[in-house]
Amino acid sequence: MAEFDRDTGTAFWPHALYDLLRGAGVSQFAYVPDAGHKVLIDRSLADPDAQSIPLTTEEEGVALLAGADLGGARGVLLMQSSGVGNCINMLSLIAGGRFPFLTLVSMRGEFGEGNPWQFPMGQAVVPVLEAMGVICLRAEHPDEVIPTVSAALTMAFQSGQAVAVLLTQKLIGAKSF
Amino acid sequence: MAKLNRIQMSALPVPVLDRRQAVPALIQHPEAFLVVAGLAGTAQELTALTADAPSVFGLGGAMGAAPMMGLGLALAQPKRQVLVVTGDGELLMNLGALAAIAVQNPPNLKLICVDNGHYGETGNQDSHTGLGVALDTIARGSGFPAVHRIDTMAEMDEGRRLLAEPGLAFLLLRVTEGPPPKIKRNLVPHVARDRFRAALLQAGG
Repeated sequence: MAEFDRDTGTAFWPHALYDLLRGAGVSQFAYVPDAGHKVLIDRSLADPDAQSIPLTTEEEGVALLAGADLGGARGVLLMQSSGVGNCINMLSLIAGGRFPFLTLVSMRGEFGEGNPWQFPMGQAVVPVLEAMGVICLRAEHPDEVIPTVSAALTMAFQSGQAVAVLLTQKLIGAKSF
Repeated sequence: MAKLNRIQMSALPVPVLDRRQAVPALIQHPEAFLVVAGLAGTAQELTALTADAPSVFGLGGAMGAAPMMGLGLALAQPKRQVLVVTGDGELLMNLGALAAIAVQNPPNLKLICVDNGHYGETGNQDSHTGLGVALDTIARGSGFPAVHRIDTMAEMDEGRRLLAEPGLAFLLLRVTEGPPPKIKRNLVPHVARDRFRAALLQAGG
């Protein structure tokens, strides 16, 4: 399969990723918008059987997903690397409550980044998440996205872990601004 | 000495209700709800009110979590009524949650803010509501379809009516300073999670 749709120039993997998440029973899609998550956000908005939940700040999504778990539902938090810093104390809830937790983080402030403002948080994503007990997995190539998120789904919803999949700038491209 | 701006435009009446009577008077049927309670006072109140029922998840930290936990729970359990009961300090920490909730507009979610105008756990400093910030106005501006402020027992009936009817609602219960009921509760969050889920999901909830 080609990695990109030649007509639109968009990658195929985000659509396969949405189908993977829905197939695994994920019904709540919480997000602060980011270009790297555009397809997932648009698909969730168009899906009558899913809930699409725009947040005003990323930590709201951490609490939301804990509430979803109390009710027996599965969710995912979609955010940019800058949003990880907004979640830190709220991750106390996930760690203390042993809630399953899945987040997909579109990375800035790393490979080829052209905006110096993105580096401090981008470079801090892994150490701060790991400090709060969140396991970090990386996807750097389109072929890695589905197997990596599949692994994360198992770790979160079968094994009860908190897992972040970092969608790196090698995967989604570096912004020049 | 530094002086904080006491906001004049809100013109809220001086609180007169004692939370130890007002909260039970408002929530007459706690067993009808799945409950998320904010840390400190409201968690103790709901634990006492339900005789420590498993249907109450009370926070002991992660300040600001309660409203959004209630939203996630309400979306996950559309056939159940979900109640968030939290204090002014916790709600103020995450005001954006009101906007996020109103945009979803789940008909099975109610929020009660027990507003004593103070940070009761940390030395009783004035909170922003104690200085005049009006959370009912903020909830209305955030898009809550039903908002009701309770300053006296005369306004309880409308609050009880909103709790009993379908539709997203925000109730601001303004109370005097003073302690919530004293009760020992389990503060280990994974124990609270497990027993909440066991009671709800294994009972066929």
